[in-house]
Amino acid sequence: MLYREVGQYKSSYAADMAVFPILQDRIGIAVILFIAFVVFPLAGNDFVLNTILIPFLIFALAAIGLNLLTGYTGLLSLGTGAFMGVGAYACLKLTTYFPQVDIIVWILASGFFSAAVGVLFGLPSLRIKGFYLAVATLAAQFFLEWCFVRIPWLYNNSVSGAIEVPLRTFMGVPVTGPTASSVTRYLVVLSIVVFLTWIASNLVHGRIGRMWMSVRDMDLAAELIGIRLLRAKLLAFAVSSFYCGVAGAMMVFLWYGGAEADVFAIDQSFLVLFMVIIGGLGTLIGSFFGAALIYILPIALRLIPAAFGLPIRPAAAEQLTFVIVGALIIAFLVIEPNGLARLWQIGKQKLRVWPFPY
Amino acid sequence: MHILYQIFVDPFVQMGAAPDLLVQTLWDGLVAGVLYALIALGFVLIFKASGVFNFAQGIMVVFAALTLVGLHEHGVPAFVALALTVGVMFVLAFGVERLVLRPLVNQSDVILFMATFGITYFLIGMGQLVFGGNPKVMIAKELYLPDGALRFKGLGGFVSLQKIDIAAVIIASIMVAVLAIFFQRTRIGRALRAVADSHQAALSVGISLEQIWVIVWFAAGIVALTTGIMWGARSEVSFALQIIALKALPVLILGGLTSIPGAIVGGLIIGVGEKLGEFYWGPLFGGGIETWLAYVIALGFLVFRPQGLFGEKIIERI
Amino acid sequence: MRAPSSREAAVGEVLLAVEDVSLSFGGVRALSGVSFDIRKGEILAIIGPNGAGKTSMLNVVNGFYQPQSGRITFKGKVRNSMRPYAAAQGGIARTFQNLALFRGMTTLDNILAGRALKMHRGFFWQLIRFGPALREEVEHRHRVEEIIDFLEIAAIRKIPVGRLAYGLQKRVELGRALAMEPDLLLLDEPMAGMNLEEKEDMSRFIIDVNQQYGTTIALIEHDMGVVMDLSDRIVVLDYGRKIADAPPEEVKRDEKVIRAYLGEPQ
Repeated sequence: MLYREVGQYKSSYAADMAVFPILQDRIGIAVILFIAFVVFPLAGNDFVLNTILIPFLIFALAAIGLNLLTGYTGLLSLGTGAFMGVGAYACLKLTTYFPQVDIIVWILASGFFSAAVGVLFGLPSLRIKGFYLAVATLAAQFFLEWCFVRIPWLYNNSVSGAIEVPLRTFMGVPVTGPTASSVTRYLVVLSIVVFLTWIASNLVHGRIGRMWMSVRDMDLAAELIGIRLLRAKLLAFAVSSFYCGVAGAMMVFLWYGGAEADVFAIDQSFLVLFMVIIGGLGTLIGSFFGAALIYILPIALRLIPAAFGLPIRPAAAEQLTFVIVGALIIAFLVIEPNGLARLWQIGKQKLRVWPFPY
Repeated sequence: MHILYQIFVDPFVQMGAAPDLLVQTLWDGLVAGVLYALIALGFVLIFKASGVFNFAQGIMVVFAALTLVGLHEHGVPAFVALALTVGVMFVLAFGVERLVLRPLVNQSDVILFMATFGITYFLIGMGQLVFGGNPKVMIAKELYLPDGALRFKGLGGFVSLQKIDIAAVIIASIMVAVLAIFFQRTRIGRALRAVADSHQAALSVGISLEQIWVIVWFAAGIVALTTGIMWGARSEVSFALQIIALKALPVLILGGLTSIPGAIVGGLIIGVGEKLGEFYWGPLFGGGIETWLAYVIALGFLVFRPQGLFGEKIIERI
Repeated sequence: MRAPSSREAAVGEVLLAVEDVSLSFGGVRALSGVSFDIRKGEILAIIGPNGAGKTSMLNVVNGFYQPQSGRITFKGKVRNSMRPYAAAQGGIARTFQNLALFRGMTTLDNILAGRALKMHRGFFWQLIRFGPALREEVEHRHRVEEIIDFLEIAAIRKIPVGRLAYGLQKRVELGRALAMEPDLLLLDEPMAGMNLEEKEDMSRFIIDVNQQYGTTIALIEHDMGVVMDLSDRIVVLDYGRKIADAPPEEVKRDEKVIRAYLGEPQ
């Protein structure tokens, strides 16, 4: 009833190929954007912004990045953590050398450095496929991790070996550093994520998205219809790493406020991979679902028992998270290998015909 | 110019100058290689028989070792604990077959691979919850594993071989030999090879896939347990071991995913290559290159031989 | 049977020629010194018993396999082997025996994928979609819809191809090949697994493609009735060698061909 498309006829191909052809979807997106941009800043408290919304958005962006590479193009990558790191360190060096340039510009620019590194480590993908490519990305991950620790120039030779985030402002308002308020940081993160999600959506709905999916589904056939495999794969590495790099820069500059190299270790790569798997490979909305579930679950596990009066040790909560995430992954793969996004799609299908069963 | 000398000449000069150090490094590499090979062996077993790339092999090593030590901590005598741990690995194999492999029987390889991620995280959490997250000491003495070292004088200095390392090499070799004979000579071994080739064909001649999978995961579990004991005895039992297990991946790349001899040769190449690289070339780079050297070596091989040294050449028919 | 006179007039110069092509895999000899040509505007059938090397031949033509010896001349340019990208760019499209559809995408997307070589709007425009990139999408959507109408698959255009019936999947694959607007269309057993009605439909499409768009067609097919009806010329392969190269009537009577299919008389 609610979700009927009846009456919504498309009289042009352009309308038919729109990203949100159904009116209800468009309204839904508008509502979500309104809540995100207006309601949360006004109503949210620091805890919600700092511990839930900001990291959720950042991980969602990283998940989009990985999804473009692994979900849309079919290239399994275990180097997400390292590519995020490249973005963070690039941003630090850029703003150290050019402090007068807007930090937001540098956050976005740092993505290009990640993209370049991504292309470099993506070169083997012409010869190597599947699991073997994953091991090549592991080489990238471990090598870059080593660089983050062993090249002091990267972290401005700071004694602690960690990135220290300097104060930067935007139009007079502190954006990074200890004085930046959660609301400011949240709005910056939200804007960047919304913008980059829009761009990702444009890419996947057009010829580039089709090109990537062709490479994923059957690269031999893709070659024979005229797609140049190396270019397609390297483009995927570039764009994907760009997104991960920006996410990494935001993670350090707009969330943590400082970071040690182990933030970008292999655990991070796995974390984002799980988000993508559970959320739904090859979907943008799945990246958001996955980030939400994987990131928020441990927090919920810590809070819910306390709400019921059963305190649970933080260490135990984290371990329990591992158990539950592990079981969830298996359960998801059994029930719906296509992840939360597919479940969402099925849900919408049911909503279309509700209250009828089919 | 000087840098070229440093990379291409100096390390070999150093090798020649102190042959005892070279032998020592080679030996250390050999031992590491043998242990990598054992982990890789677990991968190969499961991949050969079920086509699943078992990412959880590493955590199985840790989990097995933890169970053994944990049981002993609770007062169970050493060899009883060993027997019980073997039982636990069987239960694990059974559980994996029932709850993971069977429901996912027709899914693609990627899905199964990701399911093993799930198993990994599940075991990490379980292991920590039940046995605690702190590193533990392996019950080497209780298992009558040797202690101390053999020292040889010669080659201009002396070489020291840890007895536990020698034991590790011997035990690993026995294990490999047993598995090789098992695969080649026994009825079950033949069945395993049949299943590796084609599930459907194996089914049609009456081989029970489920039984085979339980057997194979159990065998991989035993290999994991052995690896865990050996590795734990040499250092300690901690979850960091899980990351070391990732080193098995370059081994598998070199050796090919389906070859038992390949896993061994690959393990030795990686182990020795890593140790030599770290000792003689590491200082040039500031040290610590062991963390990524194995992967880069494997990457180099992959570019020239995408199927590894021993793997079958993939001819795609369309 | 179609009227021969109008056909002969339409068939022209050599579009593609293979000369003395040999191909081996390890120890297996797939093709030995095969030579024939494909003339512009004709429908050529390649037949032969199983394992004769027919699919390998097509694979050599569109660059998937590189022959150990021999030459391929396409549109006047002589080469030792073809590369997939060069084949696609040159105007060669093909379908496959075992279907090579992009299973994760819908019918529409699969056929649109075939337009890959014809879509040029740069990366920057793709990033923002609105404007030139979207206009290009719509323009190619028009062309693709023509093909969809032609193949009568409008009803299934938004369905992921993995869920379609086999016969429809083959049609979608043909659509994707047609979307490339090829000069030479290679069809590998387009009728395999189809019932009579589906075969008639497919035959109709093949003839229409040849006559309406002037596309040269080379097809591998086992159904002799279809082969005799559709083709202008037939090349027969056996154990990697060419044993006949003639119009249908002659091939039907050729002793060597009969022996190849039926075996030596006892």
